[in-house]
Amino acid sequence: MYVAVKGGEAAIANAHRLLAHVRRGDPAVPELGLEQIAEQLALAVDRVMTEGSLYDRELAALALKQARGDLVEAVFLLRACRTTLPRFGHSAPLDTGRMAVRRRISATYKDLPGGQVLGPTFDYTHRLLDFTLAAGLPPPPPAEAPAEPDAPMPRVTDLLADESLIEPSPPEQPGAPVGDLTREPVSYPTGRDTRLQALARGDEGFVLALGYSTQRGYGRTHPFVGEIRAGAVMLEFVPEELGFPVPLGRIALTECQMVTQFKGSGERPPQFTRGYGLAFGGCERKAMAMALVDRSLRARELGEEATAPAQDEEFVLAHCDSLQATGFVEHLKLPHHVDFQAELELVRRLRAEHAARQAATPPMLQEAAE
Amino acid sequence: MALAAAALAPGFRDPVPDAQGTFRAVMEALARPGSLQRLATLPAVPEPLPPELAAIALALADHEAPLWLDVRLAAAPAVVDWLRFHSGAPVVADPASAAFALIADPAACPPLEAFARGTPDYPDRSATLVLAVAELTTAHGLILEGPGIRGRALLGAAPLPNDFAQRLERNRAGFPLGVDHLLVASGRVAGLPRTTRILGVA
Amino acid sequence: MPVGTVPTTPQEQRRAAMALCAEAKPEELRAALDAVAYRGAVETLRPAETGLVMARARIGGDGSPFNLGEATVTRAAVRIASGEAGFAWHLGRDAARAEAAALLDALWQVPTLRPTVEAVLVPVAQRLEAEAAREARHTAATRVEFFTMVRGEG
Repeated sequence: MYVAVKGGEAAIANAHRLLAHVRRGDPAVPELGLEQIAEQLALAVDRVMTEGSLYDRELAALALKQARGDLVEAVFLLRACRTTLPRFGHSAPLDTGRMAVRRRISATYKDLPGGQVLGPTFDYTHRLLDFTLAAGLPPPPPAEAPAEPDAPMPRVTDLLADESLIEPSPPEQPGAPVGDLTREPVSYPTGRDTRLQALARGDEGFVLALGYSTQRGYGRTHPFVGEIRAGAVMLEFVPEELGFPVPLGRIALTECQMVTQFKGSGERPPQFTRGYGLAFGGCERKAMAMALVDRSLRARELGEEATAPAQDEEFVLAHCDSLQATGFVEHLKLPHHVDFQAELELVRRLRAEHAARQAATPPMLQEAAE
Repeated sequence: MALAAAALAPGFRDPVPDAQGTFRAVMEALARPGSLQRLATLPAVPEPLPPELAAIALALADHEAPLWLDVRLAAAPAVVDWLRFHSGAPVVADPASAAFALIADPAACPPLEAFARGTPDYPDRSATLVLAVAELTTAHGLILEGPGIRGRALLGAAPLPNDFAQRLERNRAGFPLGVDHLLVASGRVAGLPRTTRILGVA
Repeated sequence: MPVGTVPTTPQEQRRAAMALCAEAKPEELRAALDAVAYRGAVETLRPAETGLVMARARIGGDGSPFNLGEATVTRAAVRIASGEAGFAWHLGRDAARAEAAALLDALWQVPTLRPTVEAVLVPVAQRLEAEAAREARHTAATRVEFFTMVRGEG
């Protein structure tokens, strides 16, 4: 029950002033600039953009600064900001096959056209704290090697598709509507388009844990990373007044294609199936977890028994959004004074009734009852 | 299809406040059927688009809210291009897929059944018909009753289809499904939402 | 458009110029406009406005579309005295940059000015190419060369 309560305005205003003071911290320490956050905490910015569902590095950096580094709060700020802006339309579908690749690896093929390039990765680091960073020493310049311009990098899934060993991607139906949970409330069962949108916005920790659960046996799949690629892709938009796709600029993306064995069903021969993950920036863990959960949520479509949480689309979609989750959890902080007063009354009455029953029962029966 | 960009005229002078002002007028008009609300800023428009229709289209139509134009407007490429450019809304040929219908020749307004009336789950997925009439008055006309009206109200407009009152009654009978009407003339807008009952003519 | 592709049709050439403007820094666009030195009238068809474009991707990279998330986009539209209308649609929220690019797009459409506009955008193209090449060299240095360990007698 909610009852409007007045009061506390001065306390709130002063709390916000105090927050601003504490956010700034010790004035003897130089203040962080948005460029510093965008450049040097780039993966935090990427995560806020991915889960805030808004590609704008500067706004995400501002959100992080305002939120004092609290990622969920920063996502909240970015989502709130997007509601103030009109939507001009939707882009032409991004072509990740034409990505300017900075990283591309496959766990399924050692040798593949275009090769494997590690790019700037944490993989194979020793996870030892690096005190040269604490000392602020400049890093050595990156190594260079001759680069083949425009070397083709076919998708690994295309290599498998050549032998019909993997299912094709769902074909585009011209004119078919594309699910958009920011416009239409989700109704179940929903389509893979809406599920992927929800997972892309979903909390990385939640999606990661669900993906992990499928590996541990809750909705068993045996996935391989067919390919991870990261880099920049040109975003294009067809304005009404021009009628041709206009390049808007490049956005950074990370894509993961998971490949999972499938024993086949009545209609479908044994083949590999796909799970797909895509995220803004360098959110590789997120893209991988998303691909695992995309595949597990296809259980019914593929005629598999759906028993695990990661196979239950309503459970996953209704709980993967950090903003919805934090809103409902954090609302418990708000005054529930009237609510609680009613509960207090109830517990007092029940206790009184309990005590009365105890008093009315002869001691012998009490013992027998025990 | 690219537009004949060279022929384009500017839209609202100050898009955000102008669109907000128009939205406010339309909202008041629908909240108080039988009242006339002033459309404060009208854009310069290509002929034969009435500026009141233009203002409402710029304020309310967008890429997800398609426009349908009546024969008079659809025959003018400059009007179609201007609306597409400034609103970003697709201009559709099928009235049933329009969120807003712009009608410059109200006597020839198609039957209401041609437009989207919403679904039982989503009655809001229906069309709003915007009719540019020559005269609009609250001194005489249809006798209105219903939500947003204290007692009764009068609203007169001309020209209109001969069976306009019967159309509104049929529309009202299908509540919560139905279309909503906006009538505009001389920088004024009046609303006839589907909740309004027509008691007769005075 | 992939780097290195030579645009052939006028529309592709215009798109190529638009792509350069979309990736140009604000000061680069200002310098380009200064270099063209257009002194004619410029009419604002639609004031610069920031909004969102929903970025769509494809399921599996090549399948049916889904909505990934939105991006901030700023657009502008101007018309020059000779009648050409220029448009700009850019990622981000920089209104001045979009207005400068819309003017360059209008000027590009004037046949006598096109070579000038393309010339003033050359430094942008050169910077982008140099950056892409440097990044490609850095990336190439992380290419994995596998060695197969020979087992048994072979």
